Parts: sequence; structure tokens; C-alpha cells
Amino acid sequence: MQLNREQLLAAYRMMRTIRAFEDRVHTEFSAGGIPGFVHLYAGEEASAVGVCMNLDERDKIASTHRGHGHCIAKGCDVDAMMAEIFGRAEGLCGGKGGSMHIADLDKGMMGANGIVGGGPPLICGAALTAKTLKTGGVAVAFVGDGGSNQGTTMEAYNLAKAWNLPAIFVVEDNGYAESTASNWSVSGTQLGRAAGFGIPAVQVDGEDFFAILDAAHDAVERARSGGGPSLIHGRLNRYYGHFEGDAQTYRGNGEVDRLREQKDPIMRFRQRVTEAGLLEGSQLDAIDTAVAAQIENAVMKAKAGAMPPPAALLTDVYVSY
Amino acid sequence: MAKKSFRQAINEALAQEMRRDPRVILMGEDVAGGQGAPGEDDAWGGPLGVTKGLMPEFGRERILDTPITESGFIGAAIGAAATGLRPVAELMFVDFMGVCFDQIFNQAAKFRYMFGGKAVTPVVIRTMFGAGFRAASQHSQCLYPIFTHIPGLKVAIPSSAYEAKGLLIQAIRDDDPVIFFEHKMLYDDTDDVPDEPYTIPFGEANLTREGGDVTIVALGRMVKVANEAADALARQRVACTVIDPRTTSPMDFDTILESVEETGRLVVVDEAHPRCNMAADISARVAQDAFKALKAPIRMVTPPHVPVPFSPALEDAYIPSAARVIEAVRAVTA
Repeated sequence: MQLNREQLLAAYRMMRTIRAFEDRVHTEFSAGGIPGFVHLYAGEEASAVGVCMNLDERDKIASTHRGHGHCIAKGCDVDAMMAEIFGRAEGLCGGKGGSMHIADLDKGMMGANGIVGGGPPLICGAALTAKTLKTGGVAVAFVGDGGSNQGTTMEAYNLAKAWNLPAIFVVEDNGYAESTASNWSVSGTQLGRAAGFGIPAVQVDGEDFFAILDAAHDAVERARSGGGPSLIHGRLNRYYGHFEGDAQTYRGNGEVDRLREQKDPIMRFRQRVTEAGLLEGSQLDAIDTAVAAQIENAVMKAKAGAMPPPAALLTDVYVSY
Repeated sequence: MAKKSFRQAINEALAQEMRRDPRVILMGEDVAGGQGAPGEDDAWGGPLGVTKGLMPEFGRERILDTPITESGFIGAAIGAAATGLRPVAELMFVDFMGVCFDQIFNQAAKFRYMFGGKAVTPVVIRTMFGAGFRAASQHSQCLYPIFTHIPGLKVAIPSSAYEAKGLLIQAIRDDDPVIFFEHKMLYDDTDDVPDEPYTIPFGEANLTREGGDVTIVALGRMVKVANEAADALARQRVACTVIDPRTTSPMDFDTILESVEETGRLVVVDEAHPRCNMAADISARVAQDAFKALKAPIRMVTPPHVPVPFSPALEDAYIPSAARVIEAVRAVTA
């Protein structure tokens, strides 16, 4: 899939935004400003952006507990996201969801999910809606290597195939389910599992934006044209712990530093587009500067935001009761 | 108006709502049946024939047979509801909730709150419940107290064919997730059921009879049992009010409290296991808000705290009977 210059700049901006957002949340969490659990997506940006560059407003995604990157890639408002993570009234969910349940249904983002494996059955439903109402839309479930072991995920594979749904499963295998290695916990292979359900699947370098972009393009085409579900297995890496505060003693010595130096998806994107003469380094530098200012502004606004009023405790449980 | 069975009333409600609104779809295990098989299509219409005939009218695009994959298809129904359809999912026996509970209580029930009021999840999960079918421990439970406990869910428990049609149409038109409990021993009960569609609002109890001596609250099949007991007591000049709350979430506590203010005596009949059931819930509320009106301790008529047994001799002893309701009324009026 060929992207024009504007699209390449948009993709870079999205990846940079995710990175800057997550780096800043890491800092703010360490400083004590953010309550609760936070799971960061830094290092995995190519996956969310590579997939979502193929989607439009008809399409739905379901995310995982590590959901900020998927939110940004699907177009959620960054200021409202930051406010949500700070628990503010101005947040994307009015401060009632937080990092783990951040969502914007208007953008087709059906939520980060506090339950591992929670998303795939929901995405079968979103795909069923698209099929029944003939919207032309597709639905994408992002799943971690941990989530890939849940029964719900495999039930969703089976159902998506039996109902021939426009569904796409993106297994983001960052090597660790919490502290347990995927090369120990995942029996067989992700591709073998997909094959077992008769679902076309590809394995890609999950830190190569262009590889993911192409794999997702094929999967989206298949889904839109009535060809049913697909699976993409991307091997990638997270730079921070399972959650913020995870000492990551289970990782190898110097592992994350090596990954950052040698495999970083944003660095690789930059190299590729500048070496090919598609974009200038200065254009990308300008984006870095703009994004840094945007995130700074988002944090300032979030901190200055209002706490939800006490009355909000009791609202939004039912449409009517 | 014709006599229709509880089964026919539900089938009619589904058909009428599907004709009215193309977004209404039905899914579940064998809701049509026979898919991919060499024999008859629409072979089952659900295990007890409740949805028979819907697939020939609405087609397989709207009547979706599922693999036996409750977590998968209940989750799909919820995801479809959150994105624009109005699915009615049939979970064959409520006992199977054990394998799909996450999708119901962590996803459907919480979307609206977690997402700051922006989600609308109009899903109905129909499910069979209750003892008496000789179906033993894993196909006979009540379990509605568990769902009543979860904010974000609504719970409807029809007690007759008339109630079933009106409550189900309400459930399908409702914008919140509804768990709809169908007692499997009521399917062949008949009642006057209007041909045209009608709704029964949630959270409004029905007084099936009024009497000044004792208030009896009962749910589902137990409404029948309570009325049987009240008939016998009437012959002995004890006048009972029998209240069917119809829905346990929302729950019409006001009607129950008003009645207890008048009678001063309360018996609650609940087929659910006794701990943390609706009888306990209603009793606690009445004890808190109408204590001064009470002339005798509240009595709860429930099964013992054991699983539902298989042998008919044991199962019949398990299920609350009219005789036990009469005994409880005698105790509070003594």
C-alpha cells in the first residue's frame, strides 16, 4: 500500500503523539499525579497506527488494557484522553473510565478493556452490525499475547469464521503477558491457531510500520469484500512495564535499551522515509516539536481541569431507570 | 384477544418486534436449528420450540444460529448492541451464564457508566430458569438475584403469558441491557393475550389480588404458587394481597411498602436459593422502611440452601409449595 506524503506525515505524527503521550504519562504517574493502574503502549506504535491508517469512520476497534495508542490512532481527542487519565470531568468519559476503560464510541473506539480477552467477542458483534446493516465497515480486535490465550478470543475466531464476519484480529505479541513470557505461555503458534479455524493469517515484524500497514490493508480488503475474518500476528516490544510501577525484573539485562536503540519503530520509520527521499528530516523534527507542545498543553489542561462533581457518582448507569 | 401459551406469547412478541424494527435480530444456540445439517431447516426453534417459525419469516440473516459458544455470542450480541443493532440473544439455560458472565457484568452492564454516559447497549438476553423440569443441578437454577445485584442491568421475570409478551416487547424497546427470565415450567400455561403489541413498564409491580390481612410477594412461577395459597386461605377467611414485582431491577419497593403499611404482615416467596436472594432483599428493605407497621416477623419461603436435586421426590421437596406459603401466612397471622 502506497501512502502519499501527507499520509506519511500523518502516520509519523500519530506514532510520535502516542510515544510522547505515553512518555509523559509515565513521568506524571511517577510524580504521583495519576491515580490507579496505567499500562503504556510506548514501543508498539507501529501496530496501532499501521492498522488504523487503513480504517475510516465506518470501522470499529476494540482495545486492551494497553489502550492509549489505539485510542490516538483511531482519532480520539488527546486533550480529553489526558484529562480522563487524570480523572477529570473534562475527560473522554467524564473521569468515570480512566486509563483502563478509555473509549470514544463516536470515533469507533469501543474501549480499552480491563478484562484480558474482553474485546474479541464484542468485535464480532460490531462486525455483525456492519454486515447486517451493510455499512461496509470492518471491526478490529487488538489482542495481546496474554489475551490470545483466553477462551473468549478463540471463541471469537470460531464465531467470526462461522458467521463470515468482517472482523480482523491483531495479536500484538510484546513477549510478555504481565511478567510471563509468551514463548512459554502460548502453546503452538498464533498462525497455527488461525489456521486451525480456517482464518487467513500473516506474521509481521510488529515494529515495521510498513509491514503492518500492508498486512492490515489486505485484511481490511478481505473483510470489506465479504471474504471474512483475518488475523495478523505482530511481534513487538513494550518499553515500559506491564503496569506503571512494574520493576520488570523478569526482563533481560539491558533488554529495553537495546530495543530502543536497534528496533524502535519510530526511528525505523524515520530512516526509511528519509533515506527513500519521501520526507525530509526537518519535516519530522517539526512534527516532534509540535507534538511535544501539544502534549504539554494537554497535561496543563488536564491538571487544571475540574474533578467530576459529586452528583456524577449516580448518573450514567442506565439510559432510563 | 385469544388464549395463548407463554411460549406463543414470547414467539409473538419477537415476531412483532422484528417486523417493526429491522435492527432487531435474534441469536442463540439452535434458535432456528438444523443449520448445515442434511435434514429439516428450522428444526428446533430453540430447545423448547419458543422461536419456531421465526427463521422462515425473517431468514438466517436475522435469526442467527450460533455455535455452542456462549461467551462468544453473548459478547457479540453486546458488541452489536453497542454499535447499532437491537439483538435478542437466547442463552438456553441461565445456568450457562457461568461461561459468559464477564461479557454481561463487566462489559454490557458497565459500558454506559465507564464511557461517561455515551454508550447505549440495547441487548436482551432471554434465558430459561427454574426447577421442576427434572433437569437437576446445572439446568434448574434461578440466579436472578446475581443479575439484580449488578448496576447497569435490568432484570425481568414474567409470571404469565400476558406478562411475558408485554415485558418482552418492553425489554426489546428498552435502551439498557435486560436479562429476561423465562420459567421453563410456565411455557405451556395459557392466558388471555392481546394480538396487538403492548408493553408493560419496568419497575411497576402487579397486584394479582388484594386483601387486607397479609402481603405476599412472589416472582415468576411462585406468583402462581402464591395465588394458589391465597385461594385456599381465602376460603379460610384470610385475605391476602399478592404482589408480583415483575422486574427485580428496577424493583417497585414502593408498592410493597404501601401494602405492608396496610396489612402489617409480609411473606416473600422466592424460588432462588435463600442466601442473598430477592426474599432477603425485599425483607431487608421492608424491615428498614416499614418496621413500625409490622405486626409479626417477616417470613421468607424459599428452597433450602442446596443445589437443585434430580430425583422427583427430592426436587418436589425442594421447590416452595402452596402448602409452605399457607404455613408461613399462618405463622404471621397467628
